[in-house]
Amino acid sequence: MTANSLARKYEARRVIPKDQRVATSAMIASLAAEGYDTVDAPFGHALVDLAKDRPEIVGLTADLSKYTDLHVFAKACPDRFFQMGMAEQVMLSAAAGLAREGFIPFATTYAVFASRRAYDFICMAIAEENLPVKIVCALPGLTTGYGPSHQAFEDLAIFRGLPNLTIIDPCDAVDIAQMVPAMADHPGPVYARLLRGKVPSVIDRYRPDYKFQIGKAALLRDGRDVLVVSTGLMTMRALDAAEKLAADGVDVAVLHCPTVKPLDREAILAEARKSGRLVVTAENHTVIGGLGEAVAGILMRERVHPDFRMIGLPDEFLEAGALPTLHEMYGISVDAVAAQIKGWL
Amino acid sequence: MPQGATATMSNVSLDRRAWNIRRKALLMGEVQGQGYIGQALGVADVLAVSYFHALNHRPGDPEWQGRDRFLLSIGHYAIALYAALMEAGILPEEELETYGMDDSRMPMSGMAAYTPGMEITGGSLGHGLGIGVGMALGLRQKGSDAFVYNLMSDGELGEGSTWEAAMSAAHHDLSNLICIVDFNDQQADGPSTKMLCSEPLDAKWEAFGWYVQRVDGNDIPALVAAFDRARTLSEKQPRVIICDTRMCKGVPFLEDREITHFVRVEPEEWAKALDVLEQGKPQ
Repeated sequence: MTANSLARKYEARRVIPKDQRVATSAMIASLAAEGYDTVDAPFGHALVDLAKDRPEIVGLTADLSKYTDLHVFAKACPDRFFQMGMAEQVMLSAAAGLAREGFIPFATTYAVFASRRAYDFICMAIAEENLPVKIVCALPGLTTGYGPSHQAFEDLAIFRGLPNLTIIDPCDAVDIAQMVPAMADHPGPVYARLLRGKVPSVIDRYRPDYKFQIGKAALLRDGRDVLVVSTGLMTMRALDAAEKLAADGVDVAVLHCPTVKPLDREAILAEARKSGRLVVTAENHTVIGGLGEAVAGILMRERVHPDFRMIGLPDEFLEAGALPTLHEMYGISVDAVAAQIKGWL
Repeated sequence: MPQGATATMSNVSLDRRAWNIRRKALLMGEVQGQGYIGQALGVADVLAVSYFHALNHRPGDPEWQGRDRFLLSIGHYAIALYAALMEAGILPEEELETYGMDDSRMPMSGMAAYTPGMEITGGSLGHGLGIGVGMALGLRQKGSDAFVYNLMSDGELGEGSTWEAAMSAAHHDLSNLICIVDFNDQQADGPSTKMLCSEPLDAKWEAFGWYVQRVDGNDIPALVAAFDRARTLSEKQPRVIICDTRMCKGVPFLEDREITHFVRVEPEEWAKALDVLEQGKPQ
């Protein structure tokens, strides 16, 4: 390597004016936009509520209880909590063993460690056996600025190919609170992407009667110009972008798909068949192998051919930095979503 | 004496049980023309002692809640376990001829959904001990006295997940977990000790917090003593029995082959192998 290329290697990747730089603490910033209420550790509290009447519920973590909100459960049900240490492979194997003995294990870690490091264990010990292990993972997609070691931008692509595995990407605290009992009632394995800490409540503002159901999509907002089919936190970004676009006279519908697998085929087809609308998918995940390509596959197979676009992360390893900056840069902030949609009209 | 193991009440010697297991494995190998015969012949004594001395189980009810769990980490040893399950009366002998065939309950690699008595799907190595940790935790949580046995191979000592599980078992004081390492020093590319994880194995397990015994895995009285000790030890720690076994044990002309991980047996050699085995038939 020449001195020149070495120098380039260590240069700042972008030059942001000094007064616009966001501090490192914003790497794990709250995901709530201004004006939204937040709920503290909705997953942990929902699991404690569920466990009260369900002695078969147990919790495991690989040294990340505080960072997956499982510490709430650990404190409330210490005799049903297993700290497995920094060892994701044995945590998921042990979860399989506990499931074999009649328990319903909720196992937590970061999405990168479950999907990349422990895949074979999820595949063979859990999914092939169709065991009721619930894998709940923080830091999905681009929700940390720590760089590629912590950014699970490809977990949906990895897991979508795994038979028997149900995949949930909840939008907010409402989704998370409701998905926990639904996961426990589901007979097979489930992978859920987790928003942790102070999580905004968004959905109830649009649909106070919202009920999370595995495999069901929900139309949170109707509109005549654009249909956004979204999952995870991109649903809240799409809803906020829709408000922005409404001010410009663009009417946007948002179909929230909290279950990425199985996708609600009927709801997607019914909405996509309504003529004259631009169809946009939005996901906090690479555009390779996630929601967008899944929706495209459904539409192509059914010969539904709307004007179709995808919003998602690019096919590249993402940078480290402050989260708001990165969301803007990679096109998944509210402004970026609104701008992309406007550009396509 | 385990309460549920009706087979232990019989007067058939463990030597003869091991011999029967070897014979059944050879017959299955002949049906299919191939199989992990070397491992099956080598581990037959360990399986005989497991199923006819140590394990508490009910042959007519392989999913009986009170049973000791026997996990086969090493899915490719399935032919050996099928032979043992048949000998124990868990699988009917008539199915012997279906080994490895379409629609068989006995596929080439062991899978839980196919075979009564097959507790887990092994085959991707390094899974069994971790699942065993979870089952042992679960049994303790339920107040069960049952043991979890995991039969693994020396090759699995190369898998990092095995050592995660070993640390975890000791950390959680899993005295209801017994690991059996079939140490035959053969894996796909050659001797296991020349691949990755070599001696001193006893010291490695001990350092991880396990109660370690190392025995000649083809010496039935030594195995009986080791299993008894593993089950009755009062210390709150998991137990491992490292069993030094000889590939193809019982059929000397196969034992002498250089490559025994997947032993090549010519069509006419099956009968010869059965003949040789017949000569060593115990009472």
